[in-house]
Amino acid sequence: MTTMLCALTNGQTARITALPQGMSGRRLEALGLRPGKIVTKVSGMPFCGPVTIILDGRQIAIGHGICCKVAVEPLAGRKTP
Amino acid sequence: MLSKGCANCPPGGCLRKCPYSTPEGRSVEDRKVLLVGNPNVGKSALFTRLTGVHAFSSNYPGTTVGFTEGYLRFEGVRYRLIDVPGAYTLEPTNEAEEVAKRIIEEGANVVVITVDATALERNLNLALQVLEMGHPSVVALNMVDEARHEGVNIDIPALERSLGVPVVGTVAVTGQGISELISRLGEARPGIAVPRADRWARIGEITASVQTMEHRHHTIRDRIEDLSVHSGWGALLGVFAVLGSFTAVRIIGEGLIDYLLDPIFNGLFMPVFEWLGPLLGGEGSLLFRTLIGMLIDGKIDPELSFGLLTTGLYVPLVMVLPYVVAFYAVLSFLEDVGYLPRFAVLFDALLHKVGLHGFAIVPNLLGLGCNVPGIMATRILDSPRERFIASTLISVAIPCAGLQAMIIGALGDLGGRYVLAVYATLFASWVILGRILHKLLPGYSPELVVEIPPYRMPSFKGIGMKLWFRIRGFLIEAIPMVLAGVFVANLLSTSALMESVSTFLSPLFRGVLGLPPETAGPILLGFLRKDIAVGMLIPLGLQPNQMVVAVVTLAMTFPCIATFIVLLRELGLADMLRSIGIMLLAALTAGGILNALFALVS
Repeated sequence: MTTMLCALTNGQTARITALPQGMSGRRLEALGLRPGKIVTKVSGMPFCGPVTIILDGRQIAIGHGICCKVAVEPLAGRKTP
Repeated sequence: MLSKGCANCPPGGCLRKCPYSTPEGRSVEDRKVLLVGNPNVGKSALFTRLTGVHAFSSNYPGTTVGFTEGYLRFEGVRYRLIDVPGAYTLEPTNEAEEVAKRIIEEGANVVVITVDATALERNLNLALQVLEMGHPSVVALNMVDEARHEGVNIDIPALERSLGVPVVGTVAVTGQGISELISRLGEARPGIAVPRADRWARIGEITASVQTMEHRHHTIRDRIEDLSVHSGWGALLGVFAVLGSFTAVRIIGEGLIDYLLDPIFNGLFMPVFEWLGPLLGGEGSLLFRTLIGMLIDGKIDPELSFGLLTTGLYVPLVMVLPYVVAFYAVLSFLEDVGYLPRFAVLFDALLHKVGLHGFAIVPNLLGLGCNVPGIMATRILDSPRERFIASTLISVAIPCAGLQAMIIGALGDLGGRYVLAVYATLFASWVILGRILHKLLPGYSPELVVEIPPYRMPSFKGIGMKLWFRIRGFLIEAIPMVLAGVFVANLLSTSALMESVSTFLSPLFRGVLGLPPETAGPILLGFLRKDIAVGMLIPLGLQPNQMVVAVVTLAMTFPCIATFIVLLRELGLADMLRSIGIMLLAALTAGGILNALFALVS
């Protein structure tokens, strides 16, 4: 089942399946986010604030707009990356 | 000065008329070394270690806008080091990366690729892109101590074989591995060239073969890091950080004034002025008026006399400098601990409302110290639109430390609520003006994408160095301006010019702002220095409400001359004029509304 990165609950782990096209996708890729990588959502700020995820033990904050264009596949039963 | 290492000269050194040497003795045979790497991998710290010339190294991604140069001598060869702006990729996604790409494309004798050992995979992406360009390279595998601490072990000889270039493990903050890195600069050679399509696959292979990870439990630091960006706890921590910072600034600033600078000024300087007074010809003489100023109740008052030696030194050195020191000490601490990116996350939603994103919190915070570095820091923002909005908002509604010190000095005694009224008006103006600019200007506000580095224990030497550079900047910039401001104020008070200006602007001041025409002079003088201008408002005997209106108008109106110059440089003439037009309109509007509100209340 595919959903979007911003729709994950805090602490949920997922595998990235697709990045948005264009500049924002390239920016995410430069930070090491790409299809196949496993990320855990740490938190999301209210009022459409950024979502913080953990990728390879490092926190990355991603603006709400981009976050809702990153397709992920939630992984059941995995709490830590 | 003779310089070694030029192939065209005999071993003794440069020939006097050598066409390859400049008058400073720099020969074209300097070997060019580029220092490249992701943001926040300790590149600037490495630069400082290698050259001894200080580049700011801090924990915030993207601090190194532009680039820094320095020199290193080793075995008779002079290396010219260039600290290239931090980049995640050479397929540029922002201005800093474009600059980085351009510098690397120009080529060099050696490219030192700085790789963060705690995030090997992501860092190898940039490393492979640089290697693909084929310049002779060396890899500095930095933060090997932190990696080991996190349970990450990297087989350095294996990595060296995989990449085809020398790899040296370093810890830039302590200096570990630096001498080995220098001694191996000569071994630099082109490494592997991997086509783009295969890059990530190759990175995966390399990482798998050289890196072993031990399982690691969640540490307390991880917990705090997670809480810092949590919607509830993070906000709470943010509130504490802000309150704590302001308290610390007040305690440090007031402490320095009360226990150090004020006693020094009163104990050492004042007796000299009192002794000097009669020698200058007494109160009536021009020299006395210029240097010592007016006598207040028969005595010299360093705040009110407005002499070059009295007020001209007292305001910048005793009233303002302590707050500048305190502010930058606290900010540098937050910066080096790594709190600022978290702050950016907290403020992202608010900043989006004014057409910016979370990153923009940094220039705004810097502006609270002095608008000049604040506006210069808007370069970390990606689009001209964001830079225009941020620069305008900073110069309109972010009071610098000097201005704040004087606001508190002038209004604090009348009651905290007046100080609060000024701050609240400035903040409201910031939000409202930002909203308006965001709606009116074409374009969109880009999204935040930022790596949040781990919390680190700051080095107090690093903070001290940064603090010293910032304070030196303040002293060089502020003192001549304060002296000029006091001098002009001095002249104006004896000439008729002030009165004619006041009469001319009188309808505007009385009608819109409810202020007596004498306030026009100080508010216009704000162009030289705003803190001095507030000082000139004090003896006018305004009602507290009027003082609030005058201070708000002064704070928001025309920028001080240093800010004016930096706006011109950063925005260009057309946008600078536009920004100043907005400023004047905003100042009059805010002052006018405030005046109307006060009239309603009373």
